[in-house]
Amino acid sequence: MSTHENMTLHLKIWRQNGPDSKGHFEDHTMDEVNPHMSFLEMLDLLNERLMQNGKQPIEFDHDCREGICGSCNLVINGIPHGPEMRTAACQLHMRKFNDGETVTIEPWRAKAFPIIKDLVVDRDAFDRIQAAGGFVSTRTGSMVDANAIPISKEAADKSMDYAVCIGCGACVAACPNSSASLFTGAKIAQFAKLPQGAPERKRRVVAMVEQMEKEGFGDCSNYAECEAVCPVGISISAIAEMRKEYVKALF
Amino acid sequence: MAVKEKKTFKWDSQVPTGPLAEKWSSHKNNIKLVNPNNKRKFNVIVVGTGLAGASAAASLAELGYNVKAFCIQDSARRAHSIAAQGGINAAKNYQNDGDSVYRLFYDTIKGGDYRSREANVYRLAEVSNNIIDQCVAQGVPFAREYGGALANRSFGGAQLSRTFYARGQTGQQLLLGAYSALMKEVHSGKVEMFAREEMLDLVVVDGRARGIITRNLVSGEIKRHAADAVLLCTGGYGNVFYLSTNAKNSNATAAWRCYKRGAIFGNPSFTQIHPTCIPVSGEYQSKLTLMSESLRNDGRVWVPKAVGDKRHPNDIPEDERDYYLERIYPSFGNLVPRDVASRNAKNVCDEGRGVGESGLAVYLDFRDAIKRDGENTIREKYGNLFDMYEKITGENPYEVPMRIFPAVHYTMGGLWVDYNLMSNVPGLFVLGEANFSDHGANRLGASALMQGLADGYFVIPYTLGHYIASNNFEKVDENHQAFKDTEHESVSRIDKLLKIKGKKTILDFHRQLGKIMWDKVGMARNEKGLKEAIKEIQELRAEFWENVFVPGEQSTYNKYLEYANRVADFMELGELMARDALERNESCGGHFREESQTPEGEAKRDDENFCHVAAWEFKGDDKAPELHIEQLEFENVKLTQRSYK
Repeated sequence: MSTHENMTLHLKIWRQNGPDSKGHFEDHTMDEVNPHMSFLEMLDLLNERLMQNGKQPIEFDHDCREGICGSCNLVINGIPHGPEMRTAACQLHMRKFNDGETVTIEPWRAKAFPIIKDLVVDRDAFDRIQAAGGFVSTRTGSMVDANAIPISKEAADKSMDYAVCIGCGACVAACPNSSASLFTGAKIAQFAKLPQGAPERKRRVVAMVEQMEKEGFGDCSNYAECEAVCPVGISISAIAEMRKEYVKALF
Repeated sequence: MAVKEKKTFKWDSQVPTGPLAEKWSSHKNNIKLVNPNNKRKFNVIVVGTGLAGASAAASLAELGYNVKAFCIQDSARRAHSIAAQGGINAAKNYQNDGDSVYRLFYDTIKGGDYRSREANVYRLAEVSNNIIDQCVAQGVPFAREYGGALANRSFGGAQLSRTFYARGQTGQQLLLGAYSALMKEVHSGKVEMFAREEMLDLVVVDGRARGIITRNLVSGEIKRHAADAVLLCTGGYGNVFYLSTNAKNSNATAAWRCYKRGAIFGNPSFTQIHPTCIPVSGEYQSKLTLMSESLRNDGRVWVPKAVGDKRHPNDIPEDERDYYLERIYPSFGNLVPRDVASRNAKNVCDEGRGVGESGLAVYLDFRDAIKRDGENTIREKYGNLFDMYEKITGENPYEVPMRIFPAVHYTMGGLWVDYNLMSNVPGLFVLGEANFSDHGANRLGASALMQGLADGYFVIPYTLGHYIASNNFEKVDENHQAFKDTEHESVSRIDKLLKIKGKKTILDFHRQLGKIMWDKVGMARNEKGLKEAIKEIQELRAEFWENVFVPGEQSTYNKYLEYANRVADFMELGELMARDALERNESCGGHFREESQTPEGEAKRDDENFCHVAAWEFKGDDKAPELHIEQLEFENVKLTQRSYK
């Protein structure tokens, strides 16, 4: 692990013009990489150098760069979000790489996430899963006092453990079946732990699971790769919760 | 310095008459309503899906309006409200510590250094309690006590615990709540959602906002969208400074286009520099990361007493440390408001007592809190923040004090709005950080989330109805000449950017602009620097339009084209910020004019001459903007120099 000296890295980056065009890896050698740079800052620098030579920059999604918006979606050396556990690609720093290392950078790969350009993918399917039932149907204004319904600290904490999902899609990218079960399960489990979620629990789980299938995500076969790459550490117990809710909903 | 004119303000703030505490109720009783069956005849555009936009879009759709919602991200859930960490204020008084609507109002007015409207702020405090109820009902998992009641913590500028939170991800949880409400309405068909679609301009027909021009960020397609009202919920403009805690794509373009179509801009120089951010580590840095203000509940801020003390912090004995906030402000200590904490950090660094490699940092130390409460308690409260700090810096804050430094975080200034949140362009409403309304010259912690949701859930549903019911709407469709003309201007501008094919990258220009802004329109401002800044920004802008390199083409996904279009606007807005800062020759809140300070170096307000909103009107690209003054009347609070001592 490098800490002080600038590094040289050999990058293999996925380039693809559009959803229907054929993609390929493009090689770039990056010198003068400061170990304190974030991974995305390293890509910024590469793009600066490309543009200074009148070349086309590499497109990648990013926004908050604090690991919370869920925009970034890079598969780095074969691992969604790269080698550091519980870290989104934007929070990954170059000190985790070695001088002279070859680094491959690809987008999420899943049928339900078509590539838009280079490293940018279309994750609208997640929004549609959410729209199918990932909500409590409370109308603005029609609520009781916030302390009227006590919720145990344990239940609130458990719910929060699932609610922290950033919707990045790394779980799908890591899954051999391209399943969206961790994403979907996390939302279902968040509401399942709270009294507010109870009135709609049956229709919620059925609608969201059906939508997930409709979008072309695969089934879960307990590989647990999703949990391993999740940048916020959502447990696969979310999937167990989803299944439990689903079975309950059938009766 | 221009001589202050006592002209009457051209626009009406629409503040209702009557006692402060009754203004909002009486206003709601008196404004017009739209019949439930008629609401479906009206179309509303909501630009931005952060807390303000998502809550407004969802609430209006529930009422029956047809809503089109737009965001530049790939999903509405990614708006930058998501990154707010610490919490949201409300006057619930669940702690039995003496809180009330009046106290929240008073703290907010005082925290804003008496540069906001009493009536607006009072309403904000009043609806704050509804927000917590609403969010809990949506299934937002706020922190709870063992007995099942909601937990609270304290934030700067308040002597009460009124901040509700969901670990260090309060913004995320509130936004996901609003997003889920929005998606529910997308599902019901009342909201049509346009993700990856950027507003390029406002369409004004017969003096009223009637639509927008957008660019689809995937296909490049330019589109026209007509409506009966346009809600701008597009956030702040901190990225004018290049380095800020804002998301990389946060920008001012939508608001700036509205300004150029006649909407006046209120207090553009009012910028919040947040005291607890991770310091800059090098030239390559692309953004700054905030460490929540809630850390100041348990962390103690200090620097070495001696100039140039380069010892490891753990080797510096207690009596050689200067806990300067506790020393200077014994009653608020580490919980002074943000502007005060930031300025003091700058002062100690200016004295040469800053720490870290650059000398531009101070310590935020948890040693004593860990000793007192145990590492587990601290981990439970702030674990994710400590992890984030370690990821970025490679240092473990459980063992070594954090290094922090102020960074641009929030803009209190924004488009001017009246009490109904409507700009001076009828039909154009501005919500959340994009408006200038509630925070005066300094925003208190945990108040941005409160304002975004207050505007979207509990203000606009009433005031939009009033606008719609008070006016006759001629049918305007996308073939109207105004749409054609505005679209043509947007297309020409993009063509122009792509044709420059210069030598310098967009990032170079943005970084240069940021440096001018930080050095001369940043934490301390003076007449000479501001005048230089205006000139330098003008020169930089001229160079930009001749020498910028914008890659690629219009009709594809092209992030650098989006970026160029935004930086072009930042370079105009930066100049307006400098002009406003120059005109306001007083110190107030986050605006510190070196010419206006007390002998102890504290900010000195000048209520005689500057107790007003400075609202700027665009007069043409080659003309200076015109300044309009809205006097602020304080009937309920007495103006005092803020003291946190």
